[in-house]
Amino acid sequence: MRRLLRHLKPFTFLVILTLGLVLLQSLSELALPSLMADIVDFGIARGNTEFIWKTGGKMLLVALAGVICSIASSYFSAKISTGFGKELRGEVFTHVTSLRVDDFEEFGTASLITRTTNDISQIQMVVLMLLGIVASAPLMFVGGVIMALSRDRYMAKLLLAIIPVLVVVVVVVSKKVMPMFKEVQQKLDKLNLVLREGLTGVRVIRAFNKIDYEKKRFDEANRDLTETMLRVNRTMAVLMPIVNLSINFLIIGIIWVGSHRIDLGYMEVGGLMAFIQYAMHILMSMIMVSMIFIMLPRAAVSADRINEILDTEPESDIMVVEGGIVTVDARDAKATLRGTIEFRDVTFSYPDAERPTLSNITFTAKPGQMTAILGGTGSGKSTVVNLIPRFFDVDSGQILIDGVDIRDIPLRELRGRIGLVPQQAILFSGTIAENIRYGKPDATDEEVRRAAEIAQALDFIEKLPKGFDSYVAQGGVNFSGGQKQRLCIARAIVRRPDVYIFDDSFSALDFKTDAKLRAALKREVSDAVMIVVAQRVNTILDADLILVMDEGKIVGSGTHKELLKTCQVYREIVLSQVAEEEIA
Amino acid sequence: MTQRANDKENHESTLIPEESDLQDTDVVHEEAEEGASESPYLRSRRAKDFKGTARRLVRYLRPKAGPLFVVCLFAALSTLFRILTPKVMGKATTKLFEGLLQRMQGSPGSLIDYGYISRILLILAGLYLLSALFNYLQNYIMAGVAQSIVYNLRKEVQDKMNRLPLKFFDGKAHGEILSIVVNDVDNVSSTLQQSLTQIISAVVTLIGVLVLMLSISPLLTLITLITLPFTVLVTTKVAGRSRKYFAAQRQTLGELNGHVEEMYGGHRIVKAYGRETASIEKFSDINDKLYENSWKAQFLSGIMRPLIGFVHNIGYVLVSVAGGVLVMRGSIEIGDIQAFNTYSRQFTQPITQTANIANIIQSTVASAERVFELLDEEEEIPDPENPKVIEDPKGEVEFRNVCFRYKPDEPLIENMNLHVKPGEVVAIVGPTGAGKTTVVNLLMRFYEIDSGAILIDGVDTRDMRREDLRELFGMVLQDTWLFHGTIKENIAYGREGATEEEIVAAAKAARADHFIRTLPNGYDTIISQDASNISQGEKQLLTIARAILADPPIMILDEATSSVDTRTEMLIQQAMRTLMQGRTNFVIAHRLSTIRDADNILVMDNGTIVEQGKHGELLAKGGFYADLYNSQFAGGSLIEEAI
Repeated sequence: MRRLLRHLKPFTFLVILTLGLVLLQSLSELALPSLMADIVDFGIARGNTEFIWKTGGKMLLVALAGVICSIASSYFSAKISTGFGKELRGEVFTHVTSLRVDDFEEFGTASLITRTTNDISQIQMVVLMLLGIVASAPLMFVGGVIMALSRDRYMAKLLLAIIPVLVVVVVVVSKKVMPMFKEVQQKLDKLNLVLREGLTGVRVIRAFNKIDYEKKRFDEANRDLTETMLRVNRTMAVLMPIVNLSINFLIIGIIWVGSHRIDLGYMEVGGLMAFIQYAMHILMSMIMVSMIFIMLPRAAVSADRINEILDTEPESDIMVVEGGIVTVDARDAKATLRGTIEFRDVTFSYPDAERPTLSNITFTAKPGQMTAILGGTGSGKSTVVNLIPRFFDVDSGQILIDGVDIRDIPLRELRGRIGLVPQQAILFSGTIAENIRYGKPDATDEEVRRAAEIAQALDFIEKLPKGFDSYVAQGGVNFSGGQKQRLCIARAIVRRPDVYIFDDSFSALDFKTDAKLRAALKREVSDAVMIVVAQRVNTILDADLILVMDEGKIVGSGTHKELLKTCQVYREIVLSQVAEEEIA
Repeated sequence: MTQRANDKENHESTLIPEESDLQDTDVVHEEAEEGASESPYLRSRRAKDFKGTARRLVRYLRPKAGPLFVVCLFAALSTLFRILTPKVMGKATTKLFEGLLQRMQGSPGSLIDYGYISRILLILAGLYLLSALFNYLQNYIMAGVAQSIVYNLRKEVQDKMNRLPLKFFDGKAHGEILSIVVNDVDNVSSTLQQSLTQIISAVVTLIGVLVLMLSISPLLTLITLITLPFTVLVTTKVAGRSRKYFAAQRQTLGELNGHVEEMYGGHRIVKAYGRETASIEKFSDINDKLYENSWKAQFLSGIMRPLIGFVHNIGYVLVSVAGGVLVMRGSIEIGDIQAFNTYSRQFTQPITQTANIANIIQSTVASAERVFELLDEEEEIPDPENPKVIEDPKGEVEFRNVCFRYKPDEPLIENMNLHVKPGEVVAIVGPTGAGKTTVVNLLMRFYEIDSGAILIDGVDTRDMRREDLRELFGMVLQDTWLFHGTIKENIAYGREGATEEEIVAAAKAARADHFIRTLPNGYDTIISQDASNISQGEKQLLTIARAILADPPIMILDEATSSVDTRTEMLIQQAMRTLMQGRTNFVIAHRLSTIRDADNILVMDNGTIVEQGKHGELLAKGGFYADLYNSQFAGGSLIEEAI
């Protein structure tokens, strides 16, 4: 938390100003009862009308000064806290964007989203509270105590009676109420889960006649939530009146003791009235502070989660600077070669993995050829292609592109030469043209159109009322899986990269489209390296080189015909997928 | 307040920083309200038919009229006792002051009437106690009432959902339905718990305080009321403007969250295409916009309190000065000033609250309307009164002149005829999105056919109870739905009361036993919420095991196309073969062997059945199917055709 507060540094002057304003405002708040007491003690008691008017005028001025201070302070604190939030949010987002893929995935997308949004808002809120309520609370407290002492030292001791009340409130709230609220949240999540499952599985539930079963499950969750809510509400029903009652009884006590003090001449009636007001101010400020104690632990957790991000090193070649990132740009002399990719004895493990995901991978993928990687889930075939754009770095061995170790090539340049079509068809919100152009921001309309055509996407795009200007919703939900995949492929094609990587990217295409796409690719992309990760044999029958992977190793390589003869694993796979006579 | 604040915490997506202040419940309310509408779906805060819905909501509360009346009464009493206290306390002050004055005027010794003061203080203590007691009772009872109403409402909504046709679920986003059942119902509940008594308390306070003030001094009352218009003015003006900025803030925040979600979700793509800077720039733009809106919203909502405080302070000064003068003239007593100072605060509070309460009522009625709308949705056609039961099902299926349309003006299935003998396999083929699931929807009566009839063993499916009909079917879909529970429970879903042995046997038949036993807790392994602890292929095996256990005469199968590794795929294929034995099968087919061996192939395109027949016949016909077949299995014959 403290570390994040250093982000307040640019606001130092404003912070001091704000605190000063809060101080003035608190003083005005305390001055009013004192002036009121004067009216009673010197005005009314002595029948001095002029004094009353004069003091009334003073009170108005004090109130006016107070409100001006507090408007100014809320102006500054609003600017400081939201400005602080903005800066921090910007920094976190920039940092996350520059994270290495493996670090990114260790955090997890959902968690990073929460950290960038909710966690920062938590902290922003605390900053706001620190500047306003929290800053004023100790001032009010100290001021109130001083005023009380100046009225009557003896009476001021009575205020000590407040402390046990506060302790009880804080303890009960933090020990009992907070866990209860947490419980409510859990029960609510559970109810949500059951509901969500009921919605996604509506066909299965009905097909299996499980309505009653689901009803029971829902009812359990519902009842559970209801009971917890009931407990929370009933606890609160006790708590609030008790707090109020304690405060009120304290006031009764003040009046009782006060009347004796007045009788003895230590105090005046106006003084007593003022005293009650001070006591209220002190009490309120204490309660405010206890609220902060409740909030702080949550904010501290948020702060830790944000610091975790900021502490993680960004990807190589990227420097996070104020307001953005600096990348090492591509070198001018773009290699003239067409990007032969060579894996030399590559071994790679994911962090914390027991066994290496890939061991001793060696192969060469040549331009103008199609290199296919085949294997089961967990065989490591996706990992192989993810090493090429350096989403991960090898543990040992080398990956070379045109004979240069990819670690010696600036990331920008390396990735600029690759056209990656990922397993999941990820699109961004925007028009179709914008999505395709993502691969090459300065692509002409003609280039975009051509890419779509090769990717077999032109047909459906042109059928849309707005064609290339049709809007792609977030996550591409308004397009079918096959359509999304084709758009992702077009996005890669528009770059005209040296290396194409298709990571199981034809899975959602129907037979016909798949075949057409392959044919088009073969014609269009005749001089680039093409690496295709596949599950199904029939999609890679005519590859120039097929690598068969099993448990992180290459267990066979060659063409379809060769492998049928030499590789047992390959034969097994083929057998499982194609009817017998097709193999021959 | 705490309840509302808590609700707000529940809306984790809410990012609006809130001001927390014990005194100003209204500020918190305002923002809780903002939070309540912070759902991914922009939900209207206004009801379409306010009166009708409100009336219906009231009707809904009628069974609880007794307890609700008690709650209102107690709330009123609690308020009444509370507002009496300043007047009583004033009396003590007055007495004190009088005693003091007398002494100043020379009367010797203690003239302060301690007996009187202690009596007053005792009364005061009694009033406080009573007020606290009734407050407690009212909250306690209300908690029970509100929770039981909400419990029933949720239950009713869920029951309703079980009676709704599939059409409803297919036509509405899940999030939207969830939001109704959770957020809207919750909104109604917190209003009941909080706002109802608050309204009563506000009304009693307003009237009571006014009466009490008048009873003390009409003149001073008038002076107090002078500030009232200012309070109203400040509240409406500032609140109105801040609401505008809060709305803008909410919108930019949505935009920002959207961008963050997208960019994080596509992290690899951003990297692969080197678009980090573009992404950061866009974020920065939205972030700036958010800052502009949120500091204004923050500032405006922040000055509400000081401004109202200032107006109140003016009133305080006026009361003190005018009161002082009046005391000297002897027309009121010193304690009355003290009382008035409290009253003027108590009086303005409900007024500043009114705007928020009005908002809360608006949004509650809007929520209630959405809930009622759901309750009013058209239900499935009820089951026949004298349902037919197929005693010993054989699995013969017949489509007789079946017509069906999802939308009345878009013809889909026209006069479909199909006869499937027991044990036959029907393959449904076609490109992605060709509407292959429509046939499934009709068979299981997820959707009702428009005309014609579907017969099973000669019985019209509409003459049967849905439950009995669906008992005849097993289903293994690509969308492998499992629920959060143990593997055992998930398999046993197929048949209630299945024994352990039966479950294991089914798992074995589904080739799932082996992988289950390699899991940390075997059959008791809990499938996580997103079922991420087992692979897609393994999920498929579990759904097959579930179907095997159910042992139905007719199976509906969907052969997976992708995302399954080859070994598992082999297992799945074997398991499916086991499953298909001795049943009538409808297979959404992708595998050549399945298609070729099928007794009947339904070729679908654009939702309609374009061809029907056996593999050989269809191939000879040279139509759509032949095209499809050649492109997939006969290699590159289509290459010339492409582009």
